[in-house]
This record gives sequence, C-alpha cells and structure tokens, in this order.
Amino acid sequence: MTKVLRRPVFFIGLVVTLALFAVALLSLVWTPLPPSRMNIVHKLKAPFDFGLLGTDQFGRDVASMLMVGAWNSLSTSILAVALGASVGTAVGVTVAMRRGWVELVVMRGCDIVFAIPPILSAMMLGAFIGSGRFTAIIAIGTFMVPVFARLTLGAALQIWTRDYVMAAIGMGRSKAKITLAHVLPNISNQIIVQVTIQLGLAILTEAGLSFLGLGMPPPNPTWGRMLADAQTFLGQAPWLALMPGMAIALAVLGLNMLGDGLRDLLDPRDDS
Amino acid sequence: MGRMRFWGSATMLKGATFGLAMAAGVLLAQSGAEAAPKTAVTVGMAVEPSGLDPTIAAPVAIGQVTWQNIFEGLTTIDRAGKVQPQLAESWQISPDGKTYTFKLRQGVKFHNGVAFDSSVAKFSIDRARGADSVNPQKRYFASIDTIETPDAATLVLKLKQPAGSLLYWLGWPSSVIVEPKSAADNKTTPVGTGPFKFVAWAKGSKVDLAKNADYWNKSVSVKLDTAAFRFIGDPQAQAAALKAGDVDAFPEFGAPELIKSFEGDKKLATVIGNTELKVVAGMNNTRKPFSDRRVRQALMMAVDRATVVEGAWSGYGTPIGSHYTPNDRGYKDLTGVYPFDAAKAKALLTEAGYPNGFTFTMKAPQMAYAQRSSQILQAMFAEIGVTMKIETTEFPAKWVADVLKAADYDMTIVAHAEPMDIDIYARDPYYFNYKNPAFNDILAKVEATSDAAEQEKLYGEAQTILAHDVPSLFLFVMPKLGVWDAKVKGLWENEPIPSNVLTDVSWAE
Repeated sequence: MTKVLRRPVFFIGLVVTLALFAVALLSLVWTPLPPSRMNIVHKLKAPFDFGLLGTDQFGRDVASMLMVGAWNSLSTSILAVALGASVGTAVGVTVAMRRGWVELVVMRGCDIVFAIPPILSAMMLGAFIGSGRFTAIIAIGTFMVPVFARLTLGAALQIWTRDYVMAAIGMGRSKAKITLAHVLPNISNQIIVQVTIQLGLAILTEAGLSFLGLGMPPPNPTWGRMLADAQTFLGQAPWLALMPGMAIALAVLGLNMLGDGLRDLLDPRDDS
Repeated sequence: MGRMRFWGSATMLKGATFGLAMAAGVLLAQSGAEAAPKTAVTVGMAVEPSGLDPTIAAPVAIGQVTWQNIFEGLTTIDRAGKVQPQLAESWQISPDGKTYTFKLRQGVKFHNGVAFDSSVAKFSIDRARGADSVNPQKRYFASIDTIETPDAATLVLKLKQPAGSLLYWLGWPSSVIVEPKSAADNKTTPVGTGPFKFVAWAKGSKVDLAKNADYWNKSVSVKLDTAAFRFIGDPQAQAAALKAGDVDAFPEFGAPELIKSFEGDKKLATVIGNTELKVVAGMNNTRKPFSDRRVRQALMMAVDRATVVEGAWSGYGTPIGSHYTPNDRGYKDLTGVYPFDAAKAKALLTEAGYPNGFTFTMKAPQMAYAQRSSQILQAMFAEIGVTMKIETTEFPAKWVADVLKAADYDMTIVAHAEPMDIDIYARDPYYFNYKNPAFNDILAKVEATSDAAEQEKLYGEAQTILAHDVPSLFLFVMPKLGVWDAKVKGLWENEPIPSNVLTDVSWAE
C-alpha cells in the first residue's frame, strides 16, 4: 500500500479510472433524468439552471447523457480492447512458438493492418454492414491486434530463451504446454499494462468515430456525438462542448496515468 | 440568465476583444471612406455546384449560381414568384390551350457574340426534351408535340394536351436558353444571355462573374462590375466569413442557432424570408406497416410540429399540413387535419393492429435539419410505443441510390426544394410509392386548364387529399435565413425558386 501511495501518478490514475467506472455502472441503474427525454421548452439551459450540467439543444439533461455516454464509451472500448488483446496475444505467442516463415508472414500482415487507421476501417466496414457499435468494436479491435501481437511476440521470445524453458524443452514438454504454463504467465504483466494504455486510446478513437457519426446511433448518447452536436452552439452554450470534451480528456488521462503507474509498479527490475 | 452568472468573465473578455476589433475596423473604414460605392460583391453558398449547366443536372446549387445571372429563359419568375416575359417578349395561347405562339426579343446576343433567335430557342427546348436528354425536369417538356419557327422572331409550340403550367416551367433554371455551339461546354464554361458573364471557376473555392456590358435589357442598370460565389460548408466558418467581411452576403445561412449571434451587429442585416423548402418525412407507402393509412395517420398525430421546428431549426420555420407552402398559390392550412394528439395516435395504432407499436429504420441524410428532426421524431414516436432506428445515409450519393432510385427504405427525411412540386405524389415510380388515382386525376385537371382560379381550387383539393392520406409526414417549411452586409441592397428576401439573382444588387452609399 505504501508502495502505491509513493507513486502519485498511479494513484491519481487509479482514482480517475475507478470514478469513471463507477459513473458508468451507476448510469445503468440511475441517472438524474432519462438521457433521451427531450424537453424542448427547457433547451440550452446553463449548468445549475436546469439539472446539474444544463441541457442540450433538445432540452436533454447533459449530466444524464454524460453518464450514459461514459457507459457507452467504456463498454465499446473494453470490448474492442478485449478483442484486440485476445486475438493479438494469441497471434503473438503462436508466432513466438513457431518462428520461421510464419513469423515473417504474420508480422508483415500485422504491419499492413496497423497501417490502416481505425477511422478508415470503420468507414469501410460501415459501408458494408452499416455503422454502429458493432462496427466500432470491430474497427478499433482490429487496429489493436498488431499492437498486442508485436508486444507479446517480443516478450515471449525473451521467455523462450530462459533456462527454465530450456529445461522444460529438455524434459520433452510440448511447445503448446510450455506456452500456457510458462510463457503466458510471465508476460501477463506487460499485457495488463498495454491493455490499460490501449483502453485510453480506444476511448479516444470511439469518441472520434462517434464525432464523425460512425459510432452508436442516436438516441444512445455518446461523448463524441455530443461534442459534434455542440459545435454550432459554441457561442450560446459553451458547456455543451466543454463537458463531453473534459470527460474524454479526463478518461484518457486517467487510463494513461494508470497504465504508466502500473508499468512502474509491475516492472520486476524496479524493486529499490 | 444563469449563463451570465457563470460566464460573466468570458463575456467581458469577449466584449473587450470585440471593442478592440471595432476600433481597428473604424480605423480601416476611415482610410477608404472617400471611395465610391463598391461594385463587387461576394455571395456565400453552403454547397458547391457539381457543374454550371442547370439543364443537365438537378442540384439546386447550379441554378443558384447561374440562373438569371448567366442564363435566362423564355419566361422568368420574379421575386414574388410570378411568371414574367424574358427572352420571349409576349405570347398568345390558342383557345384550346394547345398552341403557344411566342414573340421573341430581337437584338439579344449570347456572351460569345452569337445572336438569339427562334432556331436557338428551338434547339434549347429540343435538347431538353430529346430522347437522350438528362434534363432534371424533362417531364415538363413531355406535353410538347412539335416546335415550329415560322421566322426568326417567332416560336410556336404545339402541345399534345393542354399544359396549364407550361409558362411557369419555362421560367425554371432547367429551362434556360442555351446556344448550340457552346451548349456542350456549359458544364464548365457557361455561356448565356444574362447580365453577367462567366469568368472563372476555382474548384472547391469560388466562381467569378463579370458584368456583361452588352446586356440586352437596357431597362435595368446593373450596378455590379464583378460578382463572386464562394462555397463554405461549415456554418461556423460561414459566420466567421460574414463577420470578417470576407463574404458580403449569405442568402441561405446554414445554422439558425447562430442567427442570434448576428443580432446587435450593426454592420450585418438579418433577413428572414420564405422558401419552398418543405421538410417532409417520406414513407414507403407499399411497405408494411406504412401501407396502412391508419398507421401513417397515427404517426402524423404523434408529431408536434411546433416542437420539431423549435428543436431542429431554433423556431425558424412554418408548420405545414400538406406538401405545399404558404407562399404557393392556392395554399390551404391543413395542419389541423391531424394535429398533435399522442393519445389519439396510440388509439389509432391499436385499431390498425399495432397495440405494442413496431420498429422501423429511418434513413436520415447527414444535414443538420434532417439529423435533428429525426432525433426529435424518434423521441415523439417512442411516446406512442413506436421504435425508430436512425441510419445516417450520406446525401446526395447514397440517399439518391438507396431511397430515391431504389425506394429501399421505411422512412426518410429530406427538404424538397422545387416550388409547386406537389405532383411528385402522382409520379410513378417515385420513392413514396404512393398511388391514388383520385389524386392523379386532380393534377391532370390542373394541367388541362389555364384558368388560374380553377387551378388554385384544384391545388386545394390535391393538398387536402395528401393531408388525409399522409403519404409523408408533413413537417415544416424552412425559412430563408439571409445574412448580409447592411449596405448590400437588392438581394431577394424570399425564395420563390432556389436562386441568387444579382441583377438588382448594389451597394448603398
């Protein structure tokens, strides 16, 4: 515990991230007002004038929309990162096990996937299956696959050179069993750190997709679309842009700090 | 007023900045104070036209640059929406309504020096109605049987059946007179008879025009030497360009919510006029459950039009009860036929066999009015148990392919720009898939008579049928939100037909 408190970056990141998750989960059972209820008589009210954070151009409660937006953004990002991390890790450890031409082909394939930004793949995918949450998850998740594949490949190759792995090979254990018993547990710290950092990136990308109208369709509130809708109201109702903007910035900052903190905390070389 | 409390310091800062800007503006203005009135104008438009020939493509932006500025027609439509003679000085209609004899104006020259005569007029109409014509309003020429040119100053149109609106249609941007040699190149270098000549088109930025010194109509004195159309899509950028003076006028400003930010700016005039832009949510009338008239009526009653106008267009707009605007002749206010009544809507839906509502998809274009109106409709339908999913459909390309051409949709929403286009509900095929022989009959009768009073009565009947049948949800007419330099005079306040006529535009001293 003292180790945690000595690392303010980790601590702040943890608090912000936990708060974000708490708000997102709370929105599932309670919001001040139904987030999609329009009340056009009370449109564009300032914070504290109507509700906690004011209302948007349709008279919807901004605070409720932000809360549900947190859940929409987080759930999409978590699923996308889960997809990227599981596929990417599987690819990475398999390649580390096989090496040879498999490594060459798969890693060049990863380079190609990595070269296509998620916004572009979401647009292409959207043209075929329609845009929405599923498209966003696939697009962001696909983009994350090479990130995790590269990371796990590098880390796993190191593990494969360790003495205890050599011993296991010598004892005639199969490569698949060694991967499960020795390689994966020993690279899990690095994967956890990467997941945290990628989660921040996924939230940012999800917001970008929603901003462009490629995210979850209305009436589901998303931070990105709230930001897009606020543009022409910037003069009259600046809070409409400030609130979701701050929410995105805070969420990304929190997750990045948590990721950095975790990296320091889990790094076996830093035990001083 | 809570806003003042919280953002007071920001407002003060803005005030101080504004004060500095004003001071700078005054200094700049004084340096050129003795100069003569300006003779150049820059007009802003939200959409750049795809080409500059209004006779080969439908986008209204083409006519908004070229109509009456570069190109002119046999007849024209004035700022009150009335038909006026233009390249045809006068005309006679035979008693049976099937022969139109036009006396053409003499001494008119195209910008390339070619003289206008009856053979040119015949060429233009033949080009528009020919088998391989791509004229967007080709059907308006369908009633013409033969065209005769007894002499250079006379054009005779023989019709298959009477066409009571022919003179009106001949005034449209799609009916302008073009010159045979240059017609093929009008898409990029338009040549017409109008008061302005085409100079240059910087794609993605602007179109430049210059005064036509040899303009035939000596009764008007064109005050402008040059004019430019600049294309700025983003409303924020439109507002910035107006405030900075980069653009002198935005006749169709894009964001009603920004209109208030111009109030108190003495340099700019805000002019709210009327248009023909009818925002309607079209339904696929052959697809279940919209094939049941009661369902359509129930959906109409679920909609509070005033709230749609308030939420989607900041209260600027007039609710409509049929596919007709208050400035069209023979208008009837039918918003009371199916007024907002959620309880009645729910009852009617139950009667139609949908006590628990149903789910459908709205294909909404990306434009702000369509997106916002859809979201409001979505909330209103939810009140009567109907779930509407919104699918953003890119306009024009994907919307034209999916909705207009293939009619593969449940509901859509779009602003119909053409004036007096109630006849679209009689067209087959058309994306509504609405078929009502009684309605088609009335529109056929409109063309069979040239008696204006009789036509207006018939248009009234047609509106009433639509108001009861509800082939589309009739929402509101968009206003024309004009913002321009207070010294610019002569722009049209209203828009009886989509246009930016610069003939009478001038700068006040």
